[in-house]
Amino acid sequence: MGRLVVNQDKVNAANIDELVKICPFGAIENNGGKIEVNAACKMCKLCVKKGPTGVMEFVEEEVEEIDKSAWNGVAVYVDHVDGDIHPVTFELIGKARELADKVKHPVYAVFVGHNIADKAKEMLHYGVDEVFVYDHEELKDFRIEPYTAALEAFINKVKPSTLLVGATTIGRSLAPRIAARFKTGLTADCTVLDMKDNTDLVQIRPAFGGNIMAQIINPNNRPQLATVRYKVMNAPARMAVAAGKITVCEMAADKLISAINVLKVTEKEVEASISDAEVIVAVGRGIKSEKDLAMVKELADLIGAQLAVTRPLIEAGWADAKRQIGLSGRTVKPKLIITCGISGAVQFTAGMNNSDCIVAINQDSRASIFNVAHYGIVGDLYEVLPRLISNIKEGKAIA
Amino acid sequence: MDILVCIKQVPETSKVEVDPVTGVLKRDGVDSKMNPYDLYALETALRIREKVGGTVKVISMGPPQASEVIKEAYMMGADEGVLLSDRKFAGADVLATSYTISQGVRQMGNIDLILCGKQTTDGDTAQVGPEMAEYLGMPHIANVIKIEAIKASSMVVEMDMPNTIELAEIKFPCLLTVEKDIYQPRLPSYKKKLETKDREVKVLSFKDFEDQNEKRYGLNGSPTQVERIFPPAVNTDKEIWNGSGAELAERLTAKLKELKFA
Ligand SMILES: Cc1cc2nc3c(=O)[nH]c(=O)nc-3n(C[C@H](O)[C@H](O)[C@H](O)COP(=O)(O)OP(=O)(O)OC[C@H]3O[C@@H](n4cnc5c(N)ncnc54)[C@H](O)[C@@H]3O)c2cc1C
Ligand SMILES: Nc1ncnc2c1ncn2[C@@H]1O[C@H](COP(=O)(O)O)[C@@H](O)[C@H]1O
Repeated sequence: MGRLVVNQDKVNAANIDELVKICPFGAIENNGGKIEVNAACKMCKLCVKKGPTGVMEFVEEEVEEIDKSAWNGVAVYVDHVDGDIHPVTFELIGKARELADKVKHPVYAVFVGHNIADKAKEMLHYGVDEVFVYDHEELKDFRIEPYTAALEAFINKVKPSTLLVGATTIGRSLAPRIAARFKTGLTADCTVLDMKDNTDLVQIRPAFGGNIMAQIINPNNRPQLATVRYKVMNAPARMAVAAGKITVCEMAADKLISAINVLKVTEKEVEASISDAEVIVAVGRGIKSEKDLAMVKELADLIGAQLAVTRPLIEAGWADAKRQIGLSGRTVKPKLIITCGISGAVQFTAGMNNSDCIVAINQDSRASIFNVAHYGIVGDLYEVLPRLISNIKEGKAIA
Repeated sequence: MDILVCIKQVPETSKVEVDPVTGVLKRDGVDSKMNPYDLYALETALRIREKVGGTVKVISMGPPQASEVIKEAYMMGADEGVLLSDRKFAGADVLATSYTISQGVRQMGNIDLILCGKQTTDGDTAQVGPEMAEYLGMPHIANVIKIEAIKASSMVVEMDMPNTIELAEIKFPCLLTVEKDIYQPRLPSYKKKLETKDREVKVLSFKDFEDQNEKRYGLNGSPTQVERIFPPAVNTDKEIWNGSGAELAERLTAKLKELKFA
């Protein structure tokens, strides 16, 4: 905590423009030779670090420090619909174990629903020390008030240092609610998590709507909350023997009341999702017209791949939003992904850079996609793809 | 019915890049526009007003120039707009942002329904809506794809879940975050632009709020801290191929065979 102080006496005609320009958010204004910081400031402190020496200063304010040792354990919210556990849960348990081991904390799971006792046992095969179960009829469907109340009860009872939540539809609705209730920080869609010795969770995510990663901490609040998307972390293998225990918790009746009534749940038609694809051909704005997608689709079909796209193609209406890879689309982790005409913006790569093998075709040798690619092919997709397609069709292989 | 829509001004371009050598952010152009996802929330509000009557208000937190998005909302048909702007709000993370907006909402009179976009294109967290609902003590439903019915004291909506669609009834006052494509947003109208040319954008600042504890706003009210920012990692274990289209295609064919994908 702290604030920015402008040392106006050090501002002069020579450095004022430099300072205004250094702020990526346009928060520094030149008001008749004086510097003004407006509400767009994100406190990234770049002006302090990179600006003219001594002009911008960051002054720490004294804050009362919380007792971090009163908060113990890395907890995972068990994401499920009607007892059907979302696989992101196991990925988070794997991560939680890794983080917890660094500070010798236990790993907890919190499971909220109805008739879930059997399912809770399953968690014990993945390395959880204790599963806290909140099982009431009113918790059958996800409704925000009773679910938040259950998590509140869990946090007050257990005092976990960290709570990890899957960035699913439910998780993205529930985690912010809990964060606001405990007036604590929440970092969305983390791509890397680590643990400091002092139990501060290191959270890394793409940020500021640009090609930047931000490392975020929550140094003086507990619990610390983070959401992580499916397929970003690795799920541990299921162990044959179960270890750990299950604790069933009670909730007061008045905590189960909701202003929401779920009237009907309709199953959607299941369709092959790019999230589960083993091979993906992804295409971006390098493609010149909608009809050229047929060529890319042909390649995808030939190698048994799913077709995926970048966001501009969705915005152009060329493909269904379910096929978008990236921060605001799906995260994928296939064995092979071939990107064609994709520049490699961090919002895109955040959704695919954990893939086993990345092949990128782009005619611009400086494209940032080549930073993540294993095989970077500097070339025109309109020259490479048709020949690749005919080669594969002919079954030709030249070593 | 009194509806409030939360709208945010976001940068037009997403092109904020870090120079990998110096670590300095490069910025080209700071053109701004309304967060595209908020257009759907505003359109939803206007449709509901057309059906059942009432008012549509908009609220935004941001620097003084964010009043432009409120003007834009007027051009689409919003009745009234408030901008929350103060240096004390600078450096706000999700918690402080949602708290500040919730304080602003408390100054706006009766509200039955608050609508938010699904997410912003700059903050991109999709968290501000639910956190605000918590601060205002109202229920919320996220990812709404359809408004089924508006009743006297509740509404029926469809919520998009990964494998299911849930039909749910929610009592007023409540908050919804709406998905893209719930309705096609209308374009700002020139006629409305002329009509609303002089309509004021009310600006509220810290001193107008109930809660006068400065520690709950801006950087001081933000539990999260950005420790550092850096360019994304570079994969060092890689090959770069150059050549003619034909050569590249041959090599790729061979590689795919080798990896047993073709
Ligand atoms: C908050 C936020 C969230 C976002 N979320 C996502 C997201 O989830 N997913 C997403 O994809 N984007 C997302 N974006 C957008 C993202 O920043 C980029 O704008 C987008 O990924 C760029 O798509 P592209 O690579 O297809 O297009 P461009 O950046 O225009 O790149 C096209 C590339 O094709 C190459 N090219 C052109 N012609 C040829 C040719 N004939 N042969 C070979 N190469 C060619 C060019 O050299 C260029 O590198 C988001 C942005 C923001 C701000
Ligand atoms: N500064 C703001 N002013 C008004 N509304 C906002 C602001 N920030 C976020 N919102 C609302 O909250 C939604 C989610 O934003 P975010 O959590 O940033 O993805 C947006 O679509 C807006 O409706």
